[in-house]
Amino acid sequence: MGAAPAARDVTSYGTGLAAPLALFFLAFFVAPLLQLFWLSLHNDTAGLHWGIGQYLQFLTDPFSLSVLGSTLLLGAAVTAVCLLLGFPIAWLYQRVGPRLQTVIILIVLLPLLTSVVVRTFAWIVILGRQGIINATLQSLGMIDTPLRLLYTQFGVVIALAQVQMPLMVLPLITALGRIDSNLEDASCSLGAGSWRTLWRIVLPLSLPGIIAGCTLTYAAAITAFITQSLIGGGQMLFMPMYLYQQASALQNWPFAAAISIIFLLAVLAVVSVFTALGRLSRGYGGA
Amino acid sequence: MMSSRKRTWEAVSFEVVMTAIALIALILIIAPSLVVLIVSFTSGFSLKFPPPGYSMRWYAELWDAWQLHFAARNSLLVALWSTGLSIFLGVAAALAIARSPTLSARLLDSLFMSPLVLPALAFGLAALMLFSLVGLPVSLLTLIIGHTVVCVPYVVRNTVAALAQLEPTLLESSAILGASRIYTFRRIVLPLIRPGIIAGAFIAFMSSFDNVPVSLFLRESATDMLPIRMWQDLEGKLDVTIAALSGVLIIATVALVAVMERVTGLSRRLTS
Repeated sequence: MGAAPAARDVTSYGTGLAAPLALFFLAFFVAPLLQLFWLSLHNDTAGLHWGIGQYLQFLTDPFSLSVLGSTLLLGAAVTAVCLLLGFPIAWLYQRVGPRLQTVIILIVLLPLLTSVVVRTFAWIVILGRQGIINATLQSLGMIDTPLRLLYTQFGVVIALAQVQMPLMVLPLITALGRIDSNLEDASCSLGAGSWRTLWRIVLPLSLPGIIAGCTLTYAAAITAFITQSLIGGGQMLFMPMYLYQQASALQNWPFAAAISIIFLLAVLAVVSVFTALGRLSRGYGGA
Repeated sequence: MMSSRKRTWEAVSFEVVMTAIALIALILIIAPSLVVLIVSFTSGFSLKFPPPGYSMRWYAELWDAWQLHFAARNSLLVALWSTGLSIFLGVAAALAIARSPTLSARLLDSLFMSPLVLPALAFGLAALMLFSLVGLPVSLLTLIIGHTVVCVPYVVRNTVAALAQLEPTLLESSAILGASRIYTFRRIVLPLIRPGIIAGAFIAFMSSFDNVPVSLFLRESATDMLPIRMWQDLEGKLDVTIAALSGVLIIATVALVAVMERVTGLSRRLTS
C-alpha cells in the first residue's frame, strides 16, 4: 500500500469530482425530461390515463404538421444563408494580419454576446414601415408605398441569419485555421484554379467545421423563440411559440409535452444526420 | 502564357467575390447594433430612421422606468448566482473529465454539453412541470437552478479546453519536487487555467442574463426577468424607451467584451 501513492497518476483527477454536477444534472435536467416524456404518454391533463393520444393528435393534425414542417424549413433556410455568408468571413480571416483578425473576431463575437431581444429589436427598426430599407427605397423613388418586410418569411430568415451567424463563423474559422496552406499552394501550382481549389481542397477539408457550424446554427435557429415571434408576428407560427401557447395560455400540458418531445426528436434527428455526414466527410477528406 | 493569364484572372475573380461577400456579411452583422444606437438618441416618438433630431430624452425616460429596473435587478441576481454555481460545479467536473479517455468521462462530457443542443424551451417546460410536481413554487431559486443547467456547459467546455493545453510534465515536476496535489492545484494548475475559467464564466453570465426559453416558464410577475419584460413591451407597442435600454445594453456588452479580451484573450479562446 505504501508504494501506491508514488505510482499514482498525478496528471489526472478522479472521476469523483464530476459527481456534484452529475447529480445536479440528474435531478434538474434528466429527471424533468423524463417527467416530460412520462406526461406526454397520457391522454388526459391529470396524467391518469396512459396512451399515445397526444402524439396521434399531433401527427394526424395537418395544422400541427405544417407548423413542424415550416419550423424545420426555416432552420434549413437560415443555416444555408449563414453558411453562404459566413464561409467568406472565415476565409478572409485567414488572409489578413493579426490586428484585423482580432477586429473580425470581435465584430463576429459582439452580436453573440448582445441580448437577443436587442438584436431582434434592431431588425424591427430596419424592416419596419418607416425603417431604413423602406425609407431608402422611397427616397430613391423606387417605391411609392412601404414594402411589407416585417412579419414575412424573408424578414424572419434574414434576422435569424444575422442573430445566429457567429455560431457558424467561429467553428469555420477554427476549421480553416487547421488546413495546411501548402495544400492550397500545391493545388494551384498543379494547375487548379482558385475556385476549383476551394471546391476540391478547402471545402472538403473544412467539412468538420462546416458541420459543427451547421449543427449549432440549425439548433439555435429553430428554437429562437424571441426572433421568430417578434419578426414573424402573429400570422407565422413555429414550434417554440406553438409549444408555449399550448403550455401557457391553454394549460394543455400533456399536449405541450408531446410537442416538446416531437420537437426534441426532430432536433436530435437533424443533429445525428449532421454527425453522420461528419463521419462520412472524414473518410472523404482522408481519401 | 495564355493559361497563366487565365489563371490570374480566375484568381482575381475569386478574391474579389469572396472578399465582397465577407465584407457584406460583416456589415450585416454589425449594422443592426449601430442602427439601434443611433435610433436610441432620437428626439421623436417613433423608431423612424434616420431620426428627425437627436436628444437624450429616452435615456432620461429610462431613469424612471421602475418595471425595467425591477426586471434588470432580478436578471442580474439570477445571472450572478447561476454563474457562481456554474463555476463551482463546472470546474470540478472539468477536472474530472478533461483528458480522461474512459467511457464514463466521454459520456459525462456528452451529458454536460447536451443543454447546448437540445431545445431549451422544452427543458423550460419540463423544469416547470417537475417543480410543480414536487411542490416547489417558482421563485428566484428555481430560476437560478434552471439557468445553471443551461449555462454550466460553457464553463465546462472552456475549462476542459484550458486543461487540455496544460503540460502534464508541469504536474509531474511539481509532484517530484514534493508538492502535494492540493498545493500543485493551487499554485500551478489554477493560475494556468484561470483565463479559461473566467472566459467560460463570462459567457455563462451573458447567456443567463439574456436567457429567454427557461425564464419564460420559470418566472412570474414577482420574479420578472429583463429579456422577457422587453419582449412583452415590444409585443405590445414599439416603445422608444426599449431603444434606449438596448443602447445601454449594447454599450455595456462592448465594454465587458473589451475587458474580457484584455483579461482572457477571449477572441483567441473561442477560435482554437
